[in-house]
Amino acid sequence: MKASNGLWRERLVGAMPPELAQEIDVFENELALRKRGKLDEALIAETRLRRGVYGQRYDNGQRHDGRATRKLAYPEDKPTKGPQTLWDAPGMQRIKIPFGGLTARQLETLAEIAEEYSDGIAHVTTRQDIQLHFVHIEDTPSIMRRLAAVGITTREACGNTVRNVTACPVAGVCRTQIFDVTPYAKALAYFLLGHPDAQAFGRKFKISFSGCCEEACGLAHMHDFGAIAVERDLDGKRKRGFELWVGGGLGAVPQPARLFTEFLPEEELLPVAQAMARVFARLGEKKNRNTARLKFLVSKLGIDEFRRLVAEERASLPFDKRWTEYLEHVERAGEPRLKPPSLLQIEGAASGEFTRWAATNVYPQRQRSYSTVTVTLPLGDITADQLRALAAIARRFIADTIRTTVEQNMVLRWVSDGDLPEVHAALQAAGLATPGAGTILDVAACPGTDTCKLGIASSRGLAAELRTRLATRAFQLDEAVQNLRIKISGCFNSCGQHHVADLGFYGVSRKKGDYAVPHFQVVLGGQWRGNAASYGLAVGAVPSKRVPEVVDRITGRYVGERARGESFQAFIARIGKAECRRTLEDLMEVPPHDADPSFYRDWGDPREFTIGDLGAGECAGVVVPAVEFQLAACEREVFEAQLKLEKAGIEAAAGQAYESMLHGAAALLRHRDVPFGGSPDEIVRTFRTELVETRLFWDPFRGGALSNYFFKAHEHARSVHNEEAAHQLIEEAQLFIEACHACYASMATVGVG
Amino acid sequence: MIQHVNVKVFAESPEGVDRSAALEVFQRWIRESVCEELLIDVVDYGHVPAGPGTVLVGHEANYSLDNGGNRLGLLYNRKAPLEASAEQNLAQALRAALGACRRLEQEPEFEGRLRFGPAHEIEITINDRALAPNTDDTFVSLRPAIESALAVVYGAAEFALERRGDARERLRIGVHAGK
Repeated sequence: MKASNGLWRERLVGAMPPELAQEIDVFENELALRKRGKLDEALIAETRLRRGVYGQRYDNGQRHDGRATRKLAYPEDKPTKGPQTLWDAPGMQRIKIPFGGLTARQLETLAEIAEEYSDGIAHVTTRQDIQLHFVHIEDTPSIMRRLAAVGITTREACGNTVRNVTACPVAGVCRTQIFDVTPYAKALAYFLLGHPDAQAFGRKFKISFSGCCEEACGLAHMHDFGAIAVERDLDGKRKRGFELWVGGGLGAVPQPARLFTEFLPEEELLPVAQAMARVFARLGEKKNRNTARLKFLVSKLGIDEFRRLVAEERASLPFDKRWTEYLEHVERAGEPRLKPPSLLQIEGAASGEFTRWAATNVYPQRQRSYSTVTVTLPLGDITADQLRALAAIARRFIADTIRTTVEQNMVLRWVSDGDLPEVHAALQAAGLATPGAGTILDVAACPGTDTCKLGIASSRGLAAELRTRLATRAFQLDEAVQNLRIKISGCFNSCGQHHVADLGFYGVSRKKGDYAVPHFQVVLGGQWRGNAASYGLAVGAVPSKRVPEVVDRITGRYVGERARGESFQAFIARIGKAECRRTLEDLMEVPPHDADPSFYRDWGDPREFTIGDLGAGECAGVVVPAVEFQLAACEREVFEAQLKLEKAGIEAAAGQAYESMLHGAAALLRHRDVPFGGSPDEIVRTFRTELVETRLFWDPFRGGALSNYFFKAHEHARSVHNEEAAHQLIEEAQLFIEACHACYASMATVGVG
Repeated sequence: MIQHVNVKVFAESPEGVDRSAALEVFQRWIRESVCEELLIDVVDYGHVPAGPGTVLVGHEANYSLDNGGNRLGLLYNRKAPLEASAEQNLAQALRAALGACRRLEQEPEFEGRLRFGPAHEIEITINDRALAPNTDDTFVSLRPAIESALAVVYGAAEFALERRGDARERLRIGVHAGK
């Protein structure tokens, strides 16, 4: 869509880490292949998801305008970018931010791409990612290149992959931490990124790190792999490790994680994660995505058997020096700080606005005279101008120690206390000094019906309404209420993490006569602290327009009836689900449409409500066997060989064509679980004995001719090619890869492999 | 070639304007296909200080009742490239923005309070740093095309151009019309 995409491709050569540059070239070529009709629809969908390129609401080309569903008349000469997903329909770009860590330069780049390719807003998610909406798929390689040039990748941000590795945003500066989990989160994130053992999952795999068990921190209990820092005395030495929880998850069927081990030594973190990935890839459900998360596998096997299988897998892993080499560089002294410690001067802290802001948005660090400042982002949204302003503030006061949070905010770490009034003033000038971080005002919400294909009700519309109403009386609220958390999801899939909020809501629809009415299911008493220690109780669905009254009524009862020191969770547990429901029963009524049509519209959306815009979920795409990915990559390599013949030279083209054949042969061998060495000679030898001599790789009309192309290419791999020979080799490589596809299909038909 | 021209026309006396009315208005624009672009959806960023306001997302272009810089205005954001000269691309964006302003002024939901006025202030942004780096050179080279495109809008009236923003921002040019 952007006229400058070619310019960025040329301009950023050499500015990106080579592996990221290559990865983006690969993706761009895959897009080109799809446009030529040479890449399957399901494959391009999973391929883009693995680069964080996600579908968005209405991308099937239909939208309900409040009266009827109408076709969105996109140009019709384009392919789809996935099942029922139109090429030109805008989509979402998710950007992985491991442990939420950002620099000032990265903020500026995010600002640039938000305004040039999106709608000027960067959205912080509940997994510390950044999302851009309304992005054209053809712009995504440019976005990726510009991000890669500042060290950010979108790889594996979506799809059946290891998602963004999250960590406590105050790790390293936290007063209750056992130790700083940041280097471990970083090491595991980059170890598993693109790791061959983490490519064949049936669903996503979520990892988090917490520095202690009491606070919310990394929300370990709702993760597939939740690691909590612990230390032990072993052989007279203090030893670092992790209490490891596995198989937790929210979604439609929330399940708390189970204890895998009380102490996983730090040097075992990466290999055990790798072993777990292998077990999940091998035994996890692949066909039914509704039961494909790790939690179902752990339930099915039982934690003891799962533990045994992981241990067995761990024992069989070939050594990898990356498992421990990062430990030598774990920086125990902490992060860089720009300013020396200083004390907050009374005169600087005198204003009421500063005091109110500091009470909720300033966290005194474990390091004396330093604080972490929370920048509250309404609904996780920040403008391009604000990102630039924040970058400037960061440069002025701290040393690139910025993080996103799972509460959809950002934090500036290592602010010298004496600078706090100036930081507040600078944030205020940028519209970023809203108080109330971590309070009932700081409502978290997933995108819901704004942009998500699965959204049923408007989670963001409701969140905005609650924020506005609560903000008007924030400081009159009882302190016990101020400290509650509200989290909202647009559907039962829990992206808003409603299960672990004091007051959680998720979107549902109810019929009233001939009309659909937006509702929210009320979930009460979930526990955010204690690493998401417990999930709330669903007590019933109320019309969307009555949720503000629900908040008032429930919090009113809590203030009025709580026992001394009684937490909200304890209060809800004491009065029970039935009583909670009784409390809300009259609010569940829906007036007739004629009496009050406003009930039949959602917050922030004047259209008559409908669920007709729901689309197929793309959360994980479809499960594509690894061999199909590998064969698609071979096709792309042949395509690249053709390009090289035009631009880069004959030998580069011939080499690429030969490589594609080697990779195709290796893909089939892997699919058959045949062990083989990594050298070309070994691949050729094993391919010959296992696939050609067994006649699995055999064309009914041409017999072994197609495999002979491969053997001939191998034989002449070191020869010098002329243009005609290189051209012929590319043609033969194309035929060989097609034969690989046929062989794979034939193996699937007869149940081999 | 200059593409992706953004034009913002600032509102007069924005204090009394009910900004939330844009939600209903833009939804109707989609229903009635009132623009030449394919209109897709409406997004509300009213909760973001000095933000994009209410955005009518289109395939070829977005329209928004924008509050960037805490200044209310109609913003036209051309996304799809055009096969035309820089001057023609600028003129197209100006025409689309001013046409949308006239239409917004007539929408009953704003009760006559949303006015863009005859002596409006305009801001032109080139939303592409690769095509139009924010430098003096780009400004100088673009100036004739901008002046030529603006002459159609302002006729014989005088106008002045002013480069705005810091180096990290996109090329942004303020246009003040004379009396």
